[in-house]
Amino acid sequence: MSKANREPLLHITKRKAMPWQQSWLIRLISIVAALIVCAVITTAATGLDPMSVYGTMLEGAFGTERKIWVLGKETAVLLCIAVAMAPAFRMKFWNLGGEGQVLIGTLISAACMIYLGDKIPSGLLILLMVVASVVVGAIWAGIPAFFKAKWNTNETLFTLMMNYVAIQLVAYYIIIWESPKGSGKVGIINQSTNAGWLPSLGSYQYLLNILIVALVTILMFVYLKYSKHGYEISVVGESQRTARYVGIKVDRVIIRTLLVSGGICGLCGFLMVAGTDHTITTTLAGGRGFLGVLVAWLAQFNPLAMVLVSLLLCVLSRGAGEISTIYGLNQSFGDILTGIILFFIIGSEFFINYKIHLRGGARKKGGSN
Amino acid sequence: MKKFAVLVLSLAMVFSFAAIMTSCGGSQPAEEESAAADDSAIMAGFICLHDENSTYDLNFINAAKSACEELGIEYQIKTNIPEGQECYDAAAELVDAGCGIIFADSFGHEDYMIQAAKDFPDVQFCHSTGTKAHTEGLDNYHNAFASIYEGRYLAGVAAGLKLNEMIENGDIKADQAKIGYVGAFTYAEVISGYTSFFLGARSQCESATMDVTFTGSWYDETAEKEGANKLIDDGCVLISQHADSMGAPTACETAGIPNVSYNGSTVDACPNTFIVSSRIDWAPYYKYAITAAQNGEAIDTDWTGDLSTGSVLLTEVNDQAAAEGTQEKIDEVKAQLESGEIHVFDTSKFTVDGKKLKKSYMADVDTDAEYTPDTKVVSEGYFHESEYRSAPYFDLAIDGIKRLDEAF
Repeated sequence: MSKANREPLLHITKRKAMPWQQSWLIRLISIVAALIVCAVITTAATGLDPMSVYGTMLEGAFGTERKIWVLGKETAVLLCIAVAMAPAFRMKFWNLGGEGQVLIGTLISAACMIYLGDKIPSGLLILLMVVASVVVGAIWAGIPAFFKAKWNTNETLFTLMMNYVAIQLVAYYIIIWESPKGSGKVGIINQSTNAGWLPSLGSYQYLLNILIVALVTILMFVYLKYSKHGYEISVVGESQRTARYVGIKVDRVIIRTLLVSGGICGLCGFLMVAGTDHTITTTLAGGRGFLGVLVAWLAQFNPLAMVLVSLLLCVLSRGAGEISTIYGLNQSFGDILTGIILFFIIGSEFFINYKIHLRGGARKKGGSN
Repeated sequence: MKKFAVLVLSLAMVFSFAAIMTSCGGSQPAEEESAAADDSAIMAGFICLHDENSTYDLNFINAAKSACEELGIEYQIKTNIPEGQECYDAAAELVDAGCGIIFADSFGHEDYMIQAAKDFPDVQFCHSTGTKAHTEGLDNYHNAFASIYEGRYLAGVAAGLKLNEMIENGDIKADQAKIGYVGAFTYAEVISGYTSFFLGARSQCESATMDVTFTGSWYDETAEKEGANKLIDDGCVLISQHADSMGAPTACETAGIPNVSYNGSTVDACPNTFIVSSRIDWAPYYKYAITAAQNGEAIDTDWTGDLSTGSVLLTEVNDQAAAEGTQEKIDEVKAQLESGEIHVFDTSKFTVDGKKLKKSYMADVDTDAEYTPDTKVVSEGYFHESEYRSAPYFDLAIDGIKRLDEAF
């Protein structure tokens, strides 16, 4: 009896869909709150003026034309991986293998450049690299998908372990290709001939990469939103039983979707090797295979929203680098600020999706909001 | 609720406006400053692979700061720059910021520095530890290193004396005088380092042998710690390292095994086991190169600092761990090295597969994908290290040293 009377101090219920103005207001509030907390921490920890620190961060991201291009390049890589993750995650297939799928793409691209660089014309070589990296990336994601579809193996562990296989393969080939021997460094591949390098559009070295990723992003948006495949992905993600009931071949959808997911990761690997870095290292993906998952989630698997999220993350990371250069702070300080801002943004999604009722609040039925 | 929202929204606008204003306001004076600095003095840029937590990068950062402050010039340091396109971007951004000379500290930065040197011919690019300047033929791209093999030889002397002390005290038998060495990679820079260290130790303790393990990374604290622990378990009674974290020194402190360190003193973290450390002081090179660039003079394509330029240093000896008379012995051997009385890679002091090194031996000095030996480096009874290019090229497997895991 007393049980019924004792209402908890607060309880949480799921909200119905919120008007977009309101949800964006909450997001805005969370960013402001994060900036205030960061300001307090900055002043307390370093004694610097937080406004000038923020100014420097923006400066680091947008300060010069070159910085904007670099930001675009970084954003393109992260966005490409996030876009690749989107269909798999929308299907509730937890693909944590982005890192490996990207790396295996970089590996095959580098192999083509090294072994075929002086044997076939560069245009043909680039074409071959694109096809090879997409195919190999697709295979890398397709293997766990096949096992998931046939024997319902755990895709989280499987894709995760495929990362390590890819890293070790790259490490193995680095020892074969390294120069000088024993240094563990491949260096820039075909630096004198530029064979297999993506051309610069005009004087804009990174423009082609950015355009390709923009195209992929738009295609993915259309694919998920308007195509039959996209619809099937959503249905399988909501309920595999429903999907089977309406006659969707679930195993086929799983494998097909992961081939797309891995293929785009492979393409991303190609873009890194042919478009920007022109080398291969085990850290070329640099954790972005995982960061891409975060981007995809934050954007709720909407490829267009991913543009904003990946841009935000790259602005923060470029800004963090800049404040470490300008103020001589350790890079970790910038990372702390980034962490706080991310924490608030992720937290805001909670307030968008759930409602908190304070004790006694329930009596005011139909209160504001 | 609505009132609150309006309040917060207006606050948000004020804050973002303020942020934009300060960012614009902040940028103005910075640009003016660098423009003003351009007229009077050059600005220097530094690119580091890691940050102060790496002993290697810390050594560079300290030298950069001290050199620039002594010369009274402005500088910018970019830390945590990976060995990829980021290095090129960082170099280009430093050019944009007004730097007239740019230094990078990690081996894998080299190709990206060369790329930047080609794109910005008016800016000087200096790369420490690199091997390609003498074959690239660019006027504005330069390599630098120091004859650190001499420093390591001296550190090896300290290690040899410690082994002798352990033998005399009866802690170990003469045939148990085994040194352990944690190396990063298997190329000349590391091989030259551990071989010179070993030759220094064996010059004092004839029965010394050495096991070398490799981590396959320049900074991997766990792997370095594990490597040191494995060597200690295998019966090594003294450890040294050529990798950049505190992994090996702290493993030694925990196990109570004496350690000869690198890149700088680790005595604060290892008061009971740290003996001595050799390191390169980059400040003399930085001062030389910046001054030359400032005066419009050519910078050496390959610059090798040595004991006389103050580029090769030994830290203070830690009496807590070192054998008695270590400092005196180091001073004595140092004088012999400087006078040319002894040479580190004296071909009468080591053998390869039981044989002495022939005069016709060729080393791979010009970097190429096939590792072609191209330069005769043995004359006057010793291997001429760091003379045909600044970066080391001694990569022989001499007898007495066992390499444990070359494939990492």
